[in-house]
Amino acid sequence: MLSKINIFKHNKVALYAIFVWFSFSSLSVMASEPQEMEPTTAEQHAPGHGAEADGEKSVDITKVAFEHILDSHSWHLWGEGHDAVAIPLPVIIYSNTNGLKIFSSAKFEHGHASYEGYSLEEEHIVSENPAETIYDFSITKNVAQMLISMLVLFMIFISIANAYKKQGVTTAPKGKQSFFEPLILFVRDDIAKNNIGGHNYERFVPYLLTVFFLILINNVFGMLPIGANLTGNIAFTMALSVVTLIVTNVNGNGHYWHHIFMPPAPKALWLILIPIEIVGIFTKPFALMIRLFANMTAGHIIIISLVGLIFVFKTVVASVVAVPFALFIDVLECLVAVLQAYIFTMLTALFIGTACADHNGDGVHNEDDEKLETAHH
Amino acid sequence: MNLVTPGIGLIFWTTIVFLLLLFLLSKYAWKPILSAIKTREKGIEDALAAAENAKKEMQELKSANEAILAEARAERDAMLKEARDTKDSIINEAKTKATKEAERIMTSTREQIANEKNAAIAELKNQVATLSIEIAEKILKSELSSDEKQKALVSNLMKDVNLN
Repeated sequence: MLSKINIFKHNKVALYAIFVWFSFSSLSVMASEPQEMEPTTAEQHAPGHGAEADGEKSVDITKVAFEHILDSHSWHLWGEGHDAVAIPLPVIIYSNTNGLKIFSSAKFEHGHASYEGYSLEEEHIVSENPAETIYDFSITKNVAQMLISMLVLFMIFISIANAYKKQGVTTAPKGKQSFFEPLILFVRDDIAKNNIGGHNYERFVPYLLTVFFLILINNVFGMLPIGANLTGNIAFTMALSVVTLIVTNVNGNGHYWHHIFMPPAPKALWLILIPIEIVGIFTKPFALMIRLFANMTAGHIIIISLVGLIFVFKTVVASVVAVPFALFIDVLECLVAVLQAYIFTMLTALFIGTACADHNGDGVHNEDDEKLETAHH
Repeated sequence: MNLVTPGIGLIFWTTIVFLLLLFLLSKYAWKPILSAIKTREKGIEDALAAAENAKKEMQELKSANEAILAEARAERDAMLKEARDTKDSIINEAKTKATKEAERIMTSTREQIANEKNAAIAELKNQVATLSIEIAEKILKSELSSDEKQKALVSNLMKDVNLN
């Protein structure tokens, strides 16, 4: 009995040790780059802790974390410094003096070299010429992942569409179809129909489906070890929110605009209410933008911070706390990945719904408005 | 690239990728998928309605069948009754006819017998008369065969006659 338990315990400990060792070695290699880039900090540490200089090195967890959540001009796979294995991505820049320039990010040699007067400083492309303004349209890691996710979405959904076309609707869905059909129905029935309602909700279903699956797939890709944090990038969420803003307001009916420019309130309050309503048009998509960005980024930062604890305390013992917590947050992130895709889509549908709800529709909101209006008159 | 500063490149690419996705997926994926799902939902709805209808029709058919069956049974009973009545009437008619015929035959037979009897009696009478005449002739012949006898007779008759 005792020996069995011991073996069991040993196995567990061994597995644990291997896991910790892997994460330790990978992160410590990562940590080498900042030292190479900032030799002064390394030197400051080196004299005091001579023994640490060759074995353990101090880690700037903040830098590591930001390297993970921010965009990059190359797709880093593993290794660090000169051993780094990264896929160089195309740099596309437009400058007011030199026009369009396309070259590989490998020319920068991970920020160590400059190319044609351009150099990479903390993933920003800067010119030697101070008069030159650069617009960076590079295929960065995030853009590359987005293009991959686009292809994946095409492959999945066009093959599903073909399955429907081929088998018709007489057979039960199977395989991919049976996995995605409930999701599609969920978006159609529980998001579009419930929040937009009326008879014109069907017009918005393709848009909502595209938003939902684009966010979902990139949330999931972002959780993979070498995935990019695309949905946690404010530029991505901003672009989607602007589309929501446009779709909402283009479809806003008379009642919606009436509510904004002639609020159901005494005329004396219009001076205050109208600016508030106008600001409200923009705050709704702004909240969408911040919510998705903050949720995804926060999740990634928490995980990397928990793992980083081990290197901050420079002891394997910290992993007893850090690893289970990181695992817990990782599982939670799985939920958040789906949840945020749902929330973004649901709120988009809600905004569209309030903008194009029927004047004499079935919404409670409208009835209240009408009551207020009649009271006002 | 700062955390909260949106990079123009990613905004540009996101917009392009999103619009491309929206256009292509709408055309080649969402439209066929949604229409297929809708068709299937409609099919299921129709099938359920059809099943309900069929059930109702079945019920109606069943009650109609029962009505027809009841009608048929009534008709059969009526037919049987009619047949029985017809049989009875035929039998009765036949009986009356037979009785009448029998009576007629009896009457005619009786008449015939009576006629035959009368004829026989008449003939007998004739024969008796003939025989009586013959007997009387013979007797007369024998009585008046000789003169003595004629005299005896006349004397005899004379004796009876009182000469008053």
